[in-house]
Amino acid sequence: MTCFETFQAYGLRSLGFGENLLPTTNITLCDQFVLIGSGLIWNLYFGILALAFGFFFSVGLALARASGNRWLRKPAEWFIFIFRGSPLFIQFFLIYFFVTTVLRGSVSVFGLFTIPTAWLANAWAGAALTLFLNTSAYAAEIFYGALMAVPKGDLEAADAYGISGKQRFFRIEWPTMLRLAWPAYTNEAIFLFHATTLVFVSGFPAFQQRGDALYYANYIADKTFNPFVPYPIVAFYFVCLTLLLIQGFGLVNRRLNRHLPSHRKSRIRLRPQLIR
Amino acid sequence: MFEFCAEPKTLEGLAWLSCYLTTPKHMEFYFSFLTVLSLLAVAAPAALAFGFGGAMAARSHHAPVRWFGNIYTAMVRGVPDIVFFLFFVIALDQGIEWLTHQIRCPDWTQPIRQGLEFRVCPAAKVPPNNASHFAHQVYAFALAVLTFAIVFGAFAANVLKGAMDAVPRAQIETAEAYGMTQGQAFRRILVPQMWTYALPGLSNLWLILIKATPLLFLLGIQDIVYWARELGASKSARFDYPHPDWRLWYFLGLLIFYLLLTRLSEIVLARLSRRFSHGQATRAGEKMRRAAA
Repeated sequence: MTCFETFQAYGLRSLGFGENLLPTTNITLCDQFVLIGSGLIWNLYFGILALAFGFFFSVGLALARASGNRWLRKPAEWFIFIFRGSPLFIQFFLIYFFVTTVLRGSVSVFGLFTIPTAWLANAWAGAALTLFLNTSAYAAEIFYGALMAVPKGDLEAADAYGISGKQRFFRIEWPTMLRLAWPAYTNEAIFLFHATTLVFVSGFPAFQQRGDALYYANYIADKTFNPFVPYPIVAFYFVCLTLLLIQGFGLVNRRLNRHLPSHRKSRIRLRPQLIR
Repeated sequence: MFEFCAEPKTLEGLAWLSCYLTTPKHMEFYFSFLTVLSLLAVAAPAALAFGFGGAMAARSHHAPVRWFGNIYTAMVRGVPDIVFFLFFVIALDQGIEWLTHQIRCPDWTQPIRQGLEFRVCPAAKVPPNNASHFAHQVYAFALAVLTFAIVFGAFAANVLKGAMDAVPRAQIETAEAYGMTQGQAFRRILVPQMWTYALPGLSNLWLILIKATPLLFLLGIQDIVYWARELGASKSARFDYPHPDWRLWYFLGLLIFYLLLTRLSEIVLARLSRRFSHGQATRAGEKMRRAAA
């Protein structure tokens, strides 16, 4: 098989298209690159979905946490504490077992109608939900920190101008909060994408061997008993992904900081000491 | 465990529960919490040592050492740590066997990698083929600790390098003006002062290390995740203590264990932070000085 044919056969294998049987013997370098690259689709799917929905939820959580109403504040604090204080690996297992043993396929609401929940046991839904909740908690903590760091003078100026309520939030607090939180949020996004590799090694089964990049790398390492090729390939893909993310978030960061004098602009660096 | 547990099928309620929770399997489950704690106890100092070495290498004056240090610290930045875990645990195992193979069987002519297999001479097997189950477990645990130390050492190296760079330059210059050698300035001035800058990063790292411990399960260790899955799985009437699928409850137990562990760590780390800020030329240190005065 030429490399192009391999690409045709396995390029979308992780979604269930193309050749059904995974290569078992004579796994070439091309096979490994294509198969692992195909698995990366799942990592992108989980990461983008969780990030997109998690952004809005985390802002809401951060606001709830900063709220004076304890009926809003306490639940938000507990949510953040539980999801930040426990391993994601355990959370995956918990949600999976919750869906499979408590919900068991469907839930009836007061005996009136039933909601099917079997789909939540699949990785595409259940794992995405877990990642969404997890990243929301971490991002909420970041946004809460940024919200607390909004300069006092800005708020006093808003009061002096008679800006209050919704307007005060959207025109004064929101842009500054976002600007202050952005470098840390970039880190969170990167580590969220890294965390997506945990999905198929935790409880969620890979239906018909449709897995993510790490799943295929693990498969190849098991078959060839040689870890020195597939894992560096995963590493290569993730380094590229990380660089792309830094570029993309850097663009947003430039826009958020566009009004500041150039020496005060914060550049985005990956700071592993800030991780999760 | 208890006398009345001899006939589990006849028991009910609390008696049943007390017998169920003290079966030998459950004792192994409780023991595996110690495995996790001992991993933390061993891996944390080891990672700190690796990190210290990495940070020193990255600041070295010799180019090759510096390159090595920089590659080591950059290693973890773009790649998920789980990839390293899965990689190192096999790579270290094969590396060790390859080394012993070179030492013990120099006359071996067959290639080690035969197609899809990794074959060393029988004498080079680590641990030896006739070793006990316990020896295999200890070896697997040691590999896991080493893997954790390497990966978290790289994170720690990042933090410690940042901390070493953060110590005011004037402090080192003063030390040199007093005639201290580079080594003396490093040991007496830089190292004692860097901890206050390193602590926020290291505390974070400790919390991440705690949250990475369930990955032991993936490295083939019989840890708490392994036992929670084993014990929680539904047991048919063939077993002494039949029950439906209880894995959710077991994992809830693990969740609470981790929440307690992180909460406790946060409290201790906050205290440590206060202690380290004492007498330092930082904002926190200044605040403490004012409060005392």
